[in-house]
Amino acid sequence: MASIEARGLRKTYGGTVALDGVNLRLEQGRILGLIGPNGAGKTTAINAILGLVPYEGELRVLERDPWVERDRLMRDVAFIADVAVLPRWFRVSQALDYVAGVHPRFDRAKAENFLAKTAVRRTSKVRELSKGMVAQLHLALVMAIDAPLLVLDEPTLGLDIAYRKKFYDSLLGDYLDRSRTIVLTTHHVEEIQHVITDLAFINAGRIVLSCTMEEFDSRYRELTVNPGHLPAARELKPIHERQIFGRDILLFDAVDPALLAAHGEVRTPGIADLFVAVMDQGAGK
Amino acid sequence: MNPRTRPFYWSLRRELWENRFIYLAPLVVAAVLLIGFAVNVIHSANQTGTPLALHLPNDPTPIEQPWAIAAVLLAFTGLFAGAFYCLDALYGERRDRSILFWKSLPVSDLTTVLSKASIALVVLPLVTFAIIVATHVAMLALHTAVLLVSGAGLATLRNRTPLVELWIALLYGLAALTLWHAPICGWLLLVSAWARRAVFLWASLPLIAICILEKIAFNTSRFAFFLGYRCAGGFALAFGAGRPCCIPHPLTSLTPGSFLSTPGLWIGLLVAAIFLAAAAPVRRYRGPI
Repeated sequence: MASIEARGLRKTYGGTVALDGVNLRLEQGRILGLIGPNGAGKTTAINAILGLVPYEGELRVLERDPWVERDRLMRDVAFIADVAVLPRWFRVSQALDYVAGVHPRFDRAKAENFLAKTAVRRTSKVRELSKGMVAQLHLALVMAIDAPLLVLDEPTLGLDIAYRKKFYDSLLGDYLDRSRTIVLTTHHVEEIQHVITDLAFINAGRIVLSCTMEEFDSRYRELTVNPGHLPAARELKPIHERQIFGRDILLFDAVDPALLAAHGEVRTPGIADLFVAVMDQGAGK
Repeated sequence: MNPRTRPFYWSLRRELWENRFIYLAPLVVAAVLLIGFAVNVIHSANQTGTPLALHLPNDPTPIEQPWAIAAVLLAFTGLFAGAFYCLDALYGERRDRSILFWKSLPVSDLTTVLSKASIALVVLPLVTFAIIVATHVAMLALHTAVLLVSGAGLATLRNRTPLVELWIALLYGLAALTLWHAPICGWLLLVSAWARRAVFLWASLPLIAICILEKIAFNTSRFAFFLGYRCAGGFALAFGAGRPCCIPHPLTSLTPGSFLSTPGLWIGLLVAAIFLAAAAPVRRYRGPI
């Protein structure tokens, strides 16, 4: 069953096209990394999925139309929007009471456990917390909701690297074993490479690349070319070239690794490297 | 609790956490009134030997007056607090972007709008009533203490302070005014859900513009009269021509029959319902500012 299914999803703001016919299908139990530059349409796509903006085209989230049935859908979806949105007057204890009050799937003990690992005190108000602590509080609230679909738009913004690492570990450890679907966006793409199961690049309102991580691992190879082998390596049609410390690094799509190995050192590329390659191709380079 | 009413109940709790001025503003006014009253009572007792300088021989209502003044001032505080609450209710959550958090939870736009309307139309009048009664009780205690200390009898106080009747009239009056003002509350909430900035101006300027346009175009002031009637006419309708708080028997001035049979009341309630029903879809379309 598809948790999210979008066909020809369009959204314009005045004359600006934010989504230009997005097609996306995410099966239940998958973790999708939605990657794109600023202004590519990530947040608009996520807002459409969450029923926050109206749209054209077809969109079903957990078999529902998010724009028409937002409040019903929110019983099965937990999400964090891209910026700190917890009201500043909220006391931590009030936030726990409120979410426990309105959300039938909220596990208060679990949220308390998350918070116990942080410096966030029950009696603090949001305005007294640091940026990172607000993010921790919001994560604690959202992660304690046992929702079939979890949407995290830049969830780790403002968190230090140690906490980000712990967060993704707990995200994996805690949720992969259930039939849960997760949509994730972040600018720290390298941190989610081993978390996600599916990858989608979005640029200028379109999905420019979409694959599973199994496909990613089997299709893409990065070759650090041995000196003198560059012309031969180029014969194999790399999709992107770059230079680091005077060495040529070529990216290949669906080329036999055995052929590549003759010309240098072969590795699986990082998502970020493929992202840059795809964006450069799109720019006509 | 019924799972269907839980989101509504917690939305009310949220409003009371967020807008503490709903009860703090009347409490501050009540405190100021009590201090003023205490000074007045003690001062009068010291000067004349009998409590209350208001006690002039030719004034038939010397003792009741402070009670009525307290009630009217607190009721006005409640009205102002309600108007400011409504103007900010659906605008503030967009300005501070917290609407993204509220919308991430299974609470519908209609539930949110209704909970905010309930604060203005149910909770605030009840809070106002409770604070007025508490203020009256405190004033009574203060007055009694001063009378006892100064040696004057309590008989005057007991005979001339029909507090229970005053409270019944007050409860009726607050309910009537709230119903009469419901369309104003609905209008303010609708503008609050819609406007991107300057909510107060959006709520008031179009109405003023209509008044001016009518005056220039037709040299009439019907719309202005209509607005004035809606803002200030409720009191006269609820109490007839009497002065309910200032006569020995407040209950005689109540005119619920004529109030309830005023078509304007029911039309106003219908308009309020339309405004509130419109505010919910407006909130759905509006995101953070």
